[in-house]
Amino acid sequence: MDSLFIAGKAYSSRLLVGTGKYKDFDQTRLAIETSGAEIVTVAIRRTNIGQDPSQPSLLDAVPPSKYTYLPNTAGCYTAEDAIRTLRLARELLDGHDLVKLEVLGDPQSLYPNVVETLQAAEVLVKEGFKVMVYTSDDPIVARRLEDIGCVAVMPLASLIGSGMGILNPWNLEIILARLTVPVIVDAGVGTASDAAIAMELGCDAVLMNTAIAGAKNPLLMASAMKKAVQAGREAFLAGRMAKKVYQASPSSPTSGIIGS
Amino acid sequence: MITLNINGEPHPFASPLSIEQLLARLELADRRVAVEKNGAIVPKSQHGQVLAQDGDALEIVVAVGGG
Repeated sequence: MDSLFIAGKAYSSRLLVGTGKYKDFDQTRLAIETSGAEIVTVAIRRTNIGQDPSQPSLLDAVPPSKYTYLPNTAGCYTAEDAIRTLRLARELLDGHDLVKLEVLGDPQSLYPNVVETLQAAEVLVKEGFKVMVYTSDDPIVARRLEDIGCVAVMPLASLIGSGMGILNPWNLEIILARLTVPVIVDAGVGTASDAAIAMELGCDAVLMNTAIAGAKNPLLMASAMKKAVQAGREAFLAGRMAKKVYQASPSSPTSGIIGS
Repeated sequence: MITLNINGEPHPFASPLSIEQLLARLELADRRVAVEKNGAIVPKSQHGQVLAQDGDALEIVVAVGGG
């Protein structure tokens, strides 16, 4: 069994998915079921005071008893806000301490602010959180986050929600060579081949939301992503053939050809 | 009359009340929420004892869909 281990716990799926941007909770539930994901990210937000208390909630559609919740700090621009948000998340989820830390730099690029991210990671790890951290694809920062004690480092492939795919496989390879904790591509995947490439590079998993929720047919894309992550993982484990630049090699026997 | 600042908005109440009473008043008693008062978490086990008083800033949060 080729399990993904995060903070000592084994998972059979290497696809992690978000729960945002779906048409309704039904579509959320079906897409996540189809993806086969076991870990799902959720956001922590102010409740609407005065809303109908009988309204359905995410917790009904995606029950925490069935999925491992990964509360995030999306929308936080300072270490302080991110830390407060995750303390609230831990209280909300009865002491659940596996979290996704992301501290953003600006609302246009949603690029991570690594200075604030490093500060927040230090505090959260000391407070006993198991921190999976969204970061840039800077290998030095990635290594520092591992040294701080983060349980997974999650570099972007390209900007959040951009669907631009894997823009810098070389940096991801440097990060993979230098880290021992799981490296999970988080953000930027647009279609199935992007997920497969991430896995072929040796990434331990892929986290995505918009690539599935933003597809014309989210359920079909959830199925495609599940297969792509599996295919990419198997190709990585199989070990690809060496590339032979400008040198062809026939696949069929070179002798016994008629007329020779 | 007291004013509580709840999720960034002022809300008037007749007198100080416990977090438990406040959640009931806001029809949030049956919802899964977490509460922060003046920047510090109020654990569920203390919702009955901790009082919300005039000028307190409260954050009441839920889990929603996100990536």
